Amino acid sequence: MADTKTTQASGAASGAAPSTSAAASGAAGDRPVKIVGIVCNWCSYAGADTAGTGRFKQPPNLRLVRVPCTGRIDPLFALKAFEKGADGVLISGCHPGDCHYSEGNYYARRKFELLERMIHYLGIPKERFKWTWVSASEGQRWQQVVTDFVSGVEKLGPREGRAL
Amino acid sequence: MRIGVFVCHCGSNIAGTVDVAEVAKRALTLKDVVHAEDIMYTCSEPGQAAIQKAIQDKKLDRVVVSACSPHMHEVTFRRCVEGGGLNPYLFEMANIREHCSWIHTDMPVATEKAWDIVKMAVAKARRLEPLFSNEVDINKDVLVIGGGVAGIQAALDLADAGLKVTIVERQTTIGGVMAKLDKTFPTIDCSACILTPRMVDCGQNANIELMTYCEIEKVSGYVGNFTVDIRKKASMVDWSKCIGCEICVQKCPSKAPDIFNVGLEPTKAIYIPFPQAVPKRAAIQTEYCRYFQTGKCRVCERVCPAEAIDFEQKDEIVQKQFGAIVVATGLDVFDWETGYPEYGGGKIKDVISGLQYERMLNASGPYGGHVHRRSNGEDPKTVVFIQCVGSRDESVNRPYCSSVCCMYTAKQALLTKDHCGMDVEVYVFYIDIRATGKGYEEFVKRVQTEFGVKYVRGRVSKLYEDNGKVMVRGVDTLLGEQVEVAADLVVLATGIQAPEGAKELAQKLNISYDEFGFMKEGHPKLRPVETNTAGVFLAGASQGPKDIPATVAQASGTASKVLGLLAKDKLKTSPMIAIVDQKNCVSCWKCIDVCPFSAPEKQEQRDGTFKSHVIETVCQGCGVCVATCPVNTISLKGFPTDAILDQIAEVLQS
Repeated sequence: MADTKTTQASGAASGAAPSTSAAASGAAGDRPVKIVGIVCNWCSYAGADTAGTGRFKQPPNLRLVRVPCTGRIDPLFALKAFEKGADGVLISGCHPGDCHYSEGNYYARRKFELLERMIHYLGIPKERFKWTWVSASEGQRWQQVVTDFVSGVEKLGPREGRAL
Repeated sequence: MRIGVFVCHCGSNIAGTVDVAEVAKRALTLKDVVHAEDIMYTCSEPGQAAIQKAIQDKKLDRVVVSACSPHMHEVTFRRCVEGGGLNPYLFEMANIREHCSWIHTDMPVATEKAWDIVKMAVAKARRLEPLFSNEVDINKDVLVIGGGVAGIQAALDLADAGLKVTIVERQTTIGGVMAKLDKTFPTIDCSACILTPRMVDCGQNANIELMTYCEIEKVSGYVGNFTVDIRKKASMVDWSKCIGCEICVQKCPSKAPDIFNVGLEPTKAIYIPFPQAVPKRAAIQTEYCRYFQTGKCRVCERVCPAEAIDFEQKDEIVQKQFGAIVVATGLDVFDWETGYPEYGGGKIKDVISGLQYERMLNASGPYGGHVHRRSNGEDPKTVVFIQCVGSRDESVNRPYCSSVCCMYTAKQALLTKDHCGMDVEVYVFYIDIRATGKGYEEFVKRVQTEFGVKYVRGRVSKLYEDNGKVMVRGVDTLLGEQVEVAADLVVLATGIQAPEGAKELAQKLNISYDEFGFMKEGHPKLRPVETNTAGVFLAGASQGPKDIPATVAQASGTASKVLGLLAKDKLKTSPMIAIVDQKNCVSCWKCIDVCPFSAPEKQEQRDGTFKSHVIETVCQGCGVCVATCPVNTISLKGFPTDAILDQIAEVLQS
């Protein structure tokens, strides 16, 4: 199942996405999907730790990047990940009201709600992008989020080509 | 650049699922990596020595440890690297345990993932710069939130050590739940006899300021320098004049629910919770006061010999500075009336909660310690206790064990025999008996054998009134048959839950809490009284259900941690903060708009223009400004953009 490709990207928003045309489709093969996760240090990274400590098994497709706060995440990071060939991007932070820095997750929420809405203009189905909240004590929820997201991305299969 | 990679076996924790030798071998193929080895326990003394030796021998300038979560050992390894002669921030951790070996079972798959994680860490390490901490002055005053036995213990320990402590308590008196208890298990010594002297100590200690009938409004600042707004609720009584004589309480014509006596009997609209209250001051519950509701009465004002009544009093906000905060907010009792309609939902007068029974047993309670049926005042002949009400019950979203109910039920069963005579029949319906403390198991045995309390293993499905009795229908799972007991009085061993407002307080303090509203400790074993927010500590049931010995022990543990923090005169700040490259700053001030801490300021330049500048000691390092700056001229030390992008690129290179 190939993604719909568009030939331009809106670079204005972040100055990020280069306007490269999509590579021609080719069989992406059966390689496992690769998903980049960007998570805040205090809630979701710790929630993933809690999941690990509790031995909540998860699919092995996710690679986590730790940042202090979801407010630190530039939407560019997600777009760069897609540009480099990520099959999915998962962003997770503290629940509203629980941000370690009081309000960083609110800024993140605004950005990622927008990004979620515009991402299909870049030829990326919205199922490949998810932002959510997982707290430090929600190990089981982390397992659920990862499992559901990975299986959703797997349904779409690996992205063909690399550029946006 | 010379990077060293150390891959930890962690015994079989990692090596059981990840081929660590293979990961270390592959790491050597990475650009800039000049040393890689696998170590059995990297955090152990020989493990850390191996890192320091490699730093010296191989002249490493970056270190990557691939082991557990940085939340576990980042601090350990930063110290180790520093001991080896490197700047502690030239260190990066790859989490291949919590995020890999523990969540996967297939070794080739887990090894590939671990390899990716190590590559990402090396990619980040390449971008690391040496960082240096700043020092800030610290305020040595301590705020204790909650005046129960946990808060009292922590405050007394801290005050004894010479620190100034403020206790903020939302009721008019300190004492908390323990002040309501009649006796304590397993010694059956009187709760008030133990607690009230300590309450008085708090009231008289020159280092302790009591702010009762107050709530936390707002918390800002950071470890060593918190600014807290405290709401002093209007009590309608001038406490500087009130002498606690209770004449107003006697003369007040309006009734109000008695929170202290758990609603057994009404109190007055103007009230003092109990005779040994500290401070012993009256307050008016305005929603029940005749004057506030109808505009007429003012009886209290007329009878007060101290002229302390002040109907015009308003809430007041007091701002104070603290260096550390102890959260000792205690517990609430599970609201069984809503949770258990099958037990009558509060409609049956002779079904009461465990805490209500404490007040019934208590000599200074509303009945002077007379155990009786609330329906007709008669002495009970058969008393039934039901355990695990709002505890170990997923159907009411309380899957956890409240840890104290088995023991307080045993104690109350014993006291029932003591108050009503040995011929009274006492039954306890239980699921399991959890008597794990010192002397607890022996106590339960004594209650069963010496006092003849009948323990029935099984749940009670229904309570209903029949012919003046409370019918207890349940099952004896050991005999495998249904049982029905006609009881005169039923006491529910109601479980513990987080107090109302716990989540809101946690949010004000920026600390984590679990799904039930209990505050989350830094680490269950290694940092049990700290939170993940530096300078905020936990004591007592705020962190989870606990009995009194555990609460007091934890409160003293907390006090020692606070003392450790405040023993220093200066505090090192984290150097992982934002920094503005002023030459590109366009003075849009978006960083000032978004910063939750007001860290960026407008700094005047030589040419008279203004550029953004981040005040180092105020910045907490969240990086919101970094992601907001339209010209990318702010960077976050320790998490630079190029490092994050390199990590992402590294994963996807294959």
